[in-house]
Amino acid sequence: MKKTVDEALAREFGLTSEEYARVLSIMGRTPSLTELGVFSVMWSEHCSYKSSRKWLRTLPTKAPWVIHGPGENAGVVDVGEGYAAIFKMESHNHPSFIEPYQGAATGVGGILRDVFTMGARPVANLNALRFGSPETPRTRQIIDGVVRGIGGYGNCVGVPTVGGEINFHPAYDGNPLVNAMTVGIARKDRIFLSAAAGIGNPVVYVGSRTGRDGIHGATMSSAEFDENALAKRPTVQVGDPFIEKLLIEACLELMATDAIVAIQDMGAAGLTSSSVEMAGKGGVGIELDLDAVPQREPGMTAYEMMLSESQERMLMVLKPERTEVARAIFEKWELDFAIIGHLTETGHIVVKHKGQVEADIPLDPLAEQAPIYDRPASAPVVPPALENVHAPLSLDAMLLKLVGSPDLASRAWVWNQYDSTVGGQTVRRPGAADAAIVKIEDTTLGLALTTDCTPRYCQADPRTGGAQAVAEAWRNITATGARPLAVTDNLNFGNPEKPEIMGQFVAAIEGMGEACRVLDFPVVSGNVSLYNETRQPDGTTMAILPTPAIGALGVLDDVSKAVGLSMVDNADIVLIGETKGELGQSIWLREILGREEGAPPRVDLSVEKRNGDFVRNEIQTGTVKACHDVADGGILVAVAEMVMASRIGCELESPTSGIRPEAFWFGEDQARYIVCVPNAADFCARAEQSGVPARLLGRSGGRDLILPSGVTISTARLVTTNEAFFPSLMAN
Amino acid sequence: MKSAIVVFPGTNRERDMAIALKRVTGKAPTMVWHRDTQLPDADLIVLPGGFSYGDYLRCGAMAAHSPIMAEIRAFAQKGGHILGVCNGFQILTETGMLPGALLRNANLRFLSQDCTLRVERDDTPYTHKWKKGDVFRTPLAHGDGNYTADAETLARLEGEGRVAFRYASPDGKVQNDDFATNPNGSVNSIAGILSENARICGMMPHPEDLVDPLMGGEDGLPLFEGLVEAIVR
Repeated sequence: MKKTVDEALAREFGLTSEEYARVLSIMGRTPSLTELGVFSVMWSEHCSYKSSRKWLRTLPTKAPWVIHGPGENAGVVDVGEGYAAIFKMESHNHPSFIEPYQGAATGVGGILRDVFTMGARPVANLNALRFGSPETPRTRQIIDGVVRGIGGYGNCVGVPTVGGEINFHPAYDGNPLVNAMTVGIARKDRIFLSAAAGIGNPVVYVGSRTGRDGIHGATMSSAEFDENALAKRPTVQVGDPFIEKLLIEACLELMATDAIVAIQDMGAAGLTSSSVEMAGKGGVGIELDLDAVPQREPGMTAYEMMLSESQERMLMVLKPERTEVARAIFEKWELDFAIIGHLTETGHIVVKHKGQVEADIPLDPLAEQAPIYDRPASAPVVPPALENVHAPLSLDAMLLKLVGSPDLASRAWVWNQYDSTVGGQTVRRPGAADAAIVKIEDTTLGLALTTDCTPRYCQADPRTGGAQAVAEAWRNITATGARPLAVTDNLNFGNPEKPEIMGQFVAAIEGMGEACRVLDFPVVSGNVSLYNETRQPDGTTMAILPTPAIGALGVLDDVSKAVGLSMVDNADIVLIGETKGELGQSIWLREILGREEGAPPRVDLSVEKRNGDFVRNEIQTGTVKACHDVADGGILVAVAEMVMASRIGCELESPTSGIRPEAFWFGEDQARYIVCVPNAADFCARAEQSGVPARLLGRSGGRDLILPSGVTISTARLVTTNEAFFPSLMAN
Repeated sequence: MKSAIVVFPGTNRERDMAIALKRVTGKAPTMVWHRDTQLPDADLIVLPGGFSYGDYLRCGAMAAHSPIMAEIRAFAQKGGHILGVCNGFQILTETGMLPGALLRNANLRFLSQDCTLRVERDDTPYTHKWKKGDVFRTPLAHGDGNYTADAETLARLEGEGRVAFRYASPDGKVQNDDFATNPNGSVNSIAGILSENARICGMMPHPEDLVDPLMGGEDGLPLFEGLVEAIVR
């Protein structure tokens, strides 16, 4: 397998001819195979963000509570009492299509490492999943593998999976999205960073041995899929959550000492990216001796070792006098520990193997001359507002159809395969509140966590959709009583070389940025996944819906004040926020009329903030006993969800406004909440004082959902309909 | 009551257990590493949940051979109290300290949900805070919790009253063939069993995860309060 390094090979490795010319000019000679491998992965879309960087820079990333924003392994925010929350979301889309179980499992493993490498104990996992049409045969197989993979990894490492979201759409048939998020907790004065320092300091490799798996994974995930996608299975890594668990415990034990100078996990592009980034950030050189790398199989070449994406590995720079302390800890946990190199003052990465220099690359130009593209973007054409549409069915029939539909059906079948209680700090489990609530042990603090995006809105109007994703995450955190602090974003789009896709990307970022600024909700970490397209047999390609998934974190100073979405008995039910009846791009329109049309609901960020601040304040003062935001499916679906969660019924009043009933009950106007309060009159008076629209919607009690017409739907019928979808889909 | 928790590579519910024990004893339990060869001075030894050795062999099979297990056997022979939860229960069956075995859940999927347990004995250190026939809610989280034993063993367990807890409906009905009440398909809906002297208890569900109203209730607390009362120094 001796390969000749030339432009053709460079192109095979994913570099363009121009990029290869730049490699030649930096090196002043033809690179070796290993060197070409290093350039190709470091300059891949996955590692270099070459198409997205220009736009990512426009996002707000600062706030007084932000300790570390983008650029580190994960974002770090101050949550009070001396603690920091460390979090990030990352995609594992391409591997999860090729090999759903391992793709999803290693996605969880990778994001866990990004968080504990900074010194945090992981305390919660979430995810954001998009699958193809339920009717597509492979969808079932992908769901089965992805759910088993997420559970198989998260359950074993003992980090509770507390939340997430799932959408279905045919646009994900050939390219599902698996976005995994991890949240960890550390003392805020004990954060570990990746910048290497100290000439001569040892570079230490810990964790699993290096094998031939995942070679060029980062390159694979930077290209479209073609009909041969499944043949790429060897580029998918294989996870070992047991080793990861040992690695977490060993690293945290070592982090309690003063031995570590810098640490980074070996994620995409493995040993290459970790060593290049650590040395680059620290402004030092690094020399690696690959003979010392723990290897799973004999005969591996330098090229293979540098590009392997074997999982559960970490790279550290240690204080030389503390290496034996560190070795003892890793030996206790029965993990490999090897000194594989040292820091130098050359400013180069030098890779030696069997006495030969296999790579010698200057680090500054590798980073600074990395390509960055300002790709042409065509502004998205936003569809006109929806014309008048009419309900073909009765209100109760439409409600039952909606609560049983794929996007609104109960996710219990999925959640029940994820351990959500391990750690003993889960205050609100999946489905119990708009955001999951996890207590910080030994404090009164609670973290509110959610993932959100409405891809059908983003497809119709990426700018509004980007803003809506941020606003919905902010709203979900607010609805528990928590103070929203920061977000991590996972930007999943198609091929950025197409102007219309780049246009979606730019518009979505603009919308997100505006929402983050108005809501004081900075982006502290994130990940970009492009080329989510599948070539069809007829030669055309199908892109996914633009999916800028938002993972968000908020804090409750007193976690006992958190509220859930379960209806409480004998309460007034109040709707907060204005209802115009926006049915464009609604779930109702899609599920009842079979149409995906119109403009998505408008997002007015100042109204969002005003309404949310009022709701949060009312929850904090204890007047709100339950709260649920109004999202997919509108008011009636939100009420039904509160009824199903509690098995407590309610009687609804007729809307007096001049809006058609289907628009009132199923419209997806933003910035709205439904709350249970003891006394609606007092509550609405306070709302009015704050300039917040609020109106009585009905009263809770009994076992049935009673519509204004007097038509009654039993709680049991709602629950049975809601819970049928997943088990029946997966039983076939 | 002095308590100790044994940690194996892959154990992951030791923190949950420590919280529950601290809640009832007021002091943190001692953590024991599986390679230790001496137990601390303790009245109760707990084998907590998790995936010892990744569950890559049979669940609990590797941990059963850890160095500390010889000490734990000796502790049992002296009449010591041992609680094994989830993976801890699997380890106890693998060592033979409790009879039977835990198979894959009948639906072949990991299960994480609340279940209801019916108390079958109210005269043991683990169950005396309840009355026989009481039901209580507790989370469970496992892939291999489907209890089984050969007919003779089962007859002996039932005959000697060594079933501590059974999966049941909230109104106390046991329905072996109904996944809604017996989620993992255990024989006779067995969720927890006792040694002959009732000093060793193994169970699949996690009462330690329901000892705080903030986390949804204190339904699991009587087990730990009962231990403190039963084990008087």
